[in-house]
Amino acid sequence: MAPTPSSTSSAVTLNINGEKHQLTVDHRTTLLDALRERLDLTGTKKGCDQGQCGACTVLVDGRRAVSCLNLAVAAEGREITTIEGMAEGDRLHPVQQAFLDLDGYQCGYCTPGQICSAIAVIEEHAAGWPSAATEDVRPEAGPPPLTPDEIRERMSGNLCRCGAYVSIVQAVTRAAEAHGEAARDDDGTPAGTAKEAAA
Amino acid sequence: MREFEYQRADDVSGAVALLAADPSARFLGGGTNLVDLMKTGVERPARLVDVRELPLDGIEETPDGGLRIGATVTNSDLAAHPEVRRRYPVLTQAVLAGASGQLRNMATVGGNLLQRTRCGYFTDLSRPCNKRAPGSGCSAIGGEHHNHAVLGASDHCVAVHPSDMGVALAALDAAVEYETPDGPGELPLADFYLPVGDTPHRETALPPGALITGVTLPPAPVAAHSRYRKVRERASYAFAIGSVAAALDIEDGVVREARLAFGAVASRPWRARAAEAVLTGAPADGDTFAAAADAELAAARPLPDNGYKVTLMRNLVVAVLTELAGEAAR
Repeated sequence: MAPTPSSTSSAVTLNINGEKHQLTVDHRTTLLDALRERLDLTGTKKGCDQGQCGACTVLVDGRRAVSCLNLAVAAEGREITTIEGMAEGDRLHPVQQAFLDLDGYQCGYCTPGQICSAIAVIEEHAAGWPSAATEDVRPEAGPPPLTPDEIRERMSGNLCRCGAYVSIVQAVTRAAEAHGEAARDDDGTPAGTAKEAAA
Repeated sequence: MREFEYQRADDVSGAVALLAADPSARFLGGGTNLVDLMKTGVERPARLVDVRELPLDGIEETPDGGLRIGATVTNSDLAAHPEVRRRYPVLTQAVLAGASGQLRNMATVGGNLLQRTRCGYFTDLSRPCNKRAPGSGCSAIGGEHHNHAVLGASDHCVAVHPSDMGVALAALDAAVEYETPDGPGELPLADFYLPVGDTPHRETALPPGALITGVTLPPAPVAAHSRYRKVRERASYAFAIGSVAAALDIEDGVVREARLAFGAVASRPWRARAAEAVLTGAPADGDTFAAAADAELAAARPLPDNGYKVTLMRNLVVAVLTELAGEAAR
């Protein structure tokens, strides 16, 4: 039952996949529960509910975050993108397509979180962000190649109980290569170069 | 979870005033630790004051050539900042060694400093814990303590501080800036965390109701050759069982300046000043590095199941300093 506004609940407008949703939330409601239980956006999965498994990963203002540790009331004013917002009509996001083509899952429960995370990983890498697997983090060293070691490190916040990791790494690799080619087609320079210089 | 009121603060003075008006309130940053603890009932605030939209999200040059990092800068933005990577690579490495990409996007610098221990008894409401329930006792000393403190602990608490970022900040002589209803203040990181003693529930020297507004890093040319190395029970996304932040300046084979701090061995990021004293002016070789580690670890008081940390830290210090010496000599 939807709560009415009080000192411990609030009427909020959540911007999800470009659509505005008005609802009243008990302040204890996480973004994850608001998505699943109030807005019927059940693509985002609840795994551990403690920020440890990554199944609930969504994008908040374009950056990946675990929705189980975000309060819905604190998400007002932010742009939330869930797995339901990744495809363009019937055309899957290239990362979704790569997971399909390369069997980047078994049971599929962690897959929406894996895909949301992978989409952000490719953007973070293109922006020149180093990771714990990057040998030299100094900007002069340039962006590290997105090797399997880099992908495993960058995706370590998404657990897969089936152990589909081998295929997940392959899917992220293929999607990242496609992303890099698309970026080169756009402006003739490798992905991330312009952003890095401006950073 | 206890019901709570929620307010978003627009400016620093407003945030501080909201907390001063309600001692049971807590500031909400990224929420990666606080919301989790609220779910388990360890934290039961009656009000959250959301500070994430305060204008504290910048990284700026300081007049002396250091950097000032705003309290709401995310761990991700801190680690990715070109000047942090260039001048303080140990800090970028430390931040990237912690948590996951999702959590680093959420977690703030101020919140990272104030995160609570991951001691299993602290989060288990059914067990005594002096940090959570003062005077109830410490379950870890006679219980599961393989990842607990070997330095600076007491008979009242042996929990370790979980931050990676804080270990690098300790080595870099960082200072924590804060705001209170009575005005601003600053604490060197060395004085920020209180000794455990018989008050493990009192963790920092921040005045009641203070809001961390930023962290300043003084210029540190020594950090040009610096490194963070973390040992954990799996390769990624786990808390440390031991870590080292180190910086080394070597000239003609002699250590001119050294910075060393340990993580996951004490209730706070542990600046290894006894080791630094041995290193400074000594030949940059394995014997010196081992002697430095031994000087710091002479004060270690391991429990029955965490003595391995003394050996681990000794080996880690020697390995990291040897790597840095090779890099600095190039």
